[in-house]
Amino acid sequence: MKNFSRIGKGEKKIDGLPLATGSLKFTDDFVVKDSLYLALLYSPHAHAEILDIDDTEARKSPGVVEIFHYKNVKPILHTTAGQGFPEPSPYDTVLFDKKVRFVGDKVAMVAAKTKKEAEEALKKIKVDYKILEPLFDPENAMAPDAPKIHSLDCYATIPVTYDPNKNLAAEVDIAFGDLEKGIAEADIVVDEIYHTHYASHCAIEPHSVKTFFDEMGRLVIISSTQVPFHVRRIVSRVCDFPLAKIRVIKPRVGGGFGAKQEVMLEQLAAWATITLKQPATLILSREEVFRSSRTRHPVRTHLKMGVKNSGDITFLEMDTLLNTGAYGTHALTVLSNCGAKVLPLLNKIENLHFLGRSVYTTLPVGGAYRGYGATQGYFALNQHLDILSRKVEIDFIDFVKKHHIREGETSKIFEVLGEGKEGVKQVVKSCKLDECMDWCASAIGWQEKRGKHITHGDKIRGVGAAVAMQGSGIPLIDMGAASMKINEDGSFNLDVGATDIGTGSDTILAQIAGEVLGVRSDKIIVLSSDTDRTPFDVGAYASSTTYISGGAVKKCAEKIREQIFDVAITMKKWDRKNLVLADESVKNKKTGEGVPLSDIAIFALYTQEQFQIQASASHTSPESPPPFLATFVELDVDTRTGKVDLIQAATAVDCGQAINPILVEGQVEGAVVNGLSYALVENFVFSSQGNLINGHFKDYKLFTSVDIPQIKTHIVKSYEETGPFGAKSVAEIGINTPAPAIANAIYDAVGVRLYTLPFTPDKVYTALKRLKTYDY
Amino acid sequence: MNAEFIINGKSKILSFEPDERLLITLRNHGYTEVKNGCLEGVCGACVILLNDKPVNSCQVLTASAAGETITTVQGIGTLHAPHIIQEAFVKVGAVQCGFCTPGMILVAYALLKENPDPSEEEIKLTLDGNLCRCTGYVKIIEAIQLAGKQLRHRQHKG
Repeated sequence: MKNFSRIGKGEKKIDGLPLATGSLKFTDDFVVKDSLYLALLYSPHAHAEILDIDDTEARKSPGVVEIFHYKNVKPILHTTAGQGFPEPSPYDTVLFDKKVRFVGDKVAMVAAKTKKEAEEALKKIKVDYKILEPLFDPENAMAPDAPKIHSLDCYATIPVTYDPNKNLAAEVDIAFGDLEKGIAEADIVVDEIYHTHYASHCAIEPHSVKTFFDEMGRLVIISSTQVPFHVRRIVSRVCDFPLAKIRVIKPRVGGGFGAKQEVMLEQLAAWATITLKQPATLILSREEVFRSSRTRHPVRTHLKMGVKNSGDITFLEMDTLLNTGAYGTHALTVLSNCGAKVLPLLNKIENLHFLGRSVYTTLPVGGAYRGYGATQGYFALNQHLDILSRKVEIDFIDFVKKHHIREGETSKIFEVLGEGKEGVKQVVKSCKLDECMDWCASAIGWQEKRGKHITHGDKIRGVGAAVAMQGSGIPLIDMGAASMKINEDGSFNLDVGATDIGTGSDTILAQIAGEVLGVRSDKIIVLSSDTDRTPFDVGAYASSTTYISGGAVKKCAEKIREQIFDVAITMKKWDRKNLVLADESVKNKKTGEGVPLSDIAIFALYTQEQFQIQASASHTSPESPPPFLATFVELDVDTRTGKVDLIQAATAVDCGQAINPILVEGQVEGAVVNGLSYALVENFVFSSQGNLINGHFKDYKLFTSVDIPQIKTHIVKSYEETGPFGAKSVAEIGINTPAPAIANAIYDAVGVRLYTLPFTPDKVYTALKRLKTYDY
Repeated sequence: MNAEFIINGKSKILSFEPDERLLITLRNHGYTEVKNGCLEGVCGACVILLNDKPVNSCQVLTASAAGETITTVQGIGTLHAPHIIQEAFVKVGAVQCGFCTPGMILVAYALLKENPDPSEEEIKLTLDGNLCRCTGYVKIIEAIQLAGKQLRHRQHKG
């Protein structure tokens, strides 16, 4: 391990105290004078054609300024996915359509002087629907007689399989080796079908946007977004408004988890402001977030694997069906990641087939959600590993150790399966998964508890494990940039497009710059993100910020360092090879002398050969080093009620060098608890007509403080040579393991294998009843 | 309607609609540190202290609180003079996005005032009405334990 001055320190989040004292602003905290309020009318039907909209009465309603719908808004096909360009999600959405495709699809928008007036007017809009046959079962989506959800005008902007005529939003098909041979060689074949379910991100700040024209007549968009630069590009296109006249400001964001990668509201508010030349405010209610925004894509995974009695895996066949809902946002890329972020873990498999299909239904729309397909894929794979290891009588830990990818190794998957196109060849340079598993096993008492069925009253105890990898940005696609300049007191402005949505990225980017420049974080003034003021960055997704944006900050700071050395050399005639930056000074290693950075800045700004010490740098990566993680859980199954009581969850992560261990722990703990909650209590409940009936916090249960078990978190020692100061990503990976670890622990306790999430007491109880005797 | 309130120690006259919720009134008058997360009385982001007791301000009719004493998170500590609890939240990493934080801190403040040395279980029970999606609650519990310890130490020192 290297000696760092700023890296690896649990520095306080630089925006921590301003947040804890309530002084920092989120989107809805900005006062925009004379703003109109926008309210949306949603479809009550899962699938219908709009024959007519009559807004005569609504227009007479007090305070109403305008009502927007298909009759008066230009339909420009786009995707709301909020991705890079060209976008891998199909263009299947317009601002207001003549057709609705799920309960919660938008129909019209009222702009009124107050929120109340806007909501009152909604009730007076008359919509004449022609009800169409809904499509709720993704398994039937491609049947010849299935209702067609989208017209043939919809299209993919990149060369991929896309066929709205078959409700096929995306398809991925890769294979290598000889599957028949693999099947023939297997002594045991395990063939199971797994289902993961819908979920809401539940960022506590709802989706929010404010738009207005500034003094120069430029459109300003303040938005709770993960992707400010994509917002600018997409709004420009959808509203047919010059990009140069748009400024997107990202203030503090109250959590995203993928939900705010989606660009859904900005174009609506922008349309209102551009049309009416008045400011507009659009804040979703919690119910609207549940019903009309984005979700985790439900996935059916049919997984088939064969092993020899020795434990060698002879083949893997994965057939994935992803329900993208009414629109194809992230349909291709989440689907790809069900394989791409999962299958390389078992890189020794020679015979493999991954077939994935994303299909349209008339249900809520999937989107980016922390884990992004890996969560769905690992739910199946980890249970399969548990089943297989039990069949060949090898401990789960040893079985995983036998098969997982190791340092110096590659996987064919890296090369053949990327996000929306072929992948990128890479060799894993850091993998401490063994250490992760060993730490968890010891933390949870694996040896003492596994297979012991410790019983007390009606409760039987079990332990289960799961492992995962993810990526660090999208290789050769994601780009981040940074710019810096020095000030008279030796402080620096660091402007980044990287989008801190609560993760602490501003803080770790300051630590990276501080490490290069030998200054504390309080000498780095971070600005993120404002499309007018900060350089480009793709935004906060794909676990890219530390690795990609951090790489840009490091490069930028290194350029600054060389300029500082130039000035020091002019001032002192020192030899460059003796110079280092430390303690806010340029130090001469040979003589022991130093010049404070403030002297350097003043010399450069005021004294001689004057110039602004400033630089900018961009970073992309030809590879995406995976972080690795293991979660082990201990739980009780109440055989009388079917309730699962979590006792403890231990997680260890290899994220390379942790830039800020406290923030790393926070990412892991937050992801793990979200994963536990997803596995046990979170659930979308639909009526027979596709209406989400529990779209409120009152009815959609998520974990609170009283639900969490003992949580243990550990960062294993690791160093990724391609990352900034050895770092890899950490934000998403922790959500992939809780559900399968719980499934495996339930089996360990009571011998019941649950293939369908969530594991509610009724499901566990029913499965227990089906067992005549406990078959261990 | 207009009525007088004591907000963060100062007398204020606020105007509001007869059916307005206190959360909306406070935000309309610039107290944006009180957050709106659900308007259902579930998430706890809008917690304030009403006569020193934590309540979800989205569930209180403004008119019914006329004349009462209201404390927001800025009332217990500001950026320039933070409270020990606020500093403890920052120190242990209990603040991620920060949207639930004002509500969490006010609930913690009321708890520690009543019980300076709560058990982990008592802290968990107290936080049950405040949702956080970022932290998994682990560091929030830790922050309250740390703040309790520091407050006890300060009291002990007199």
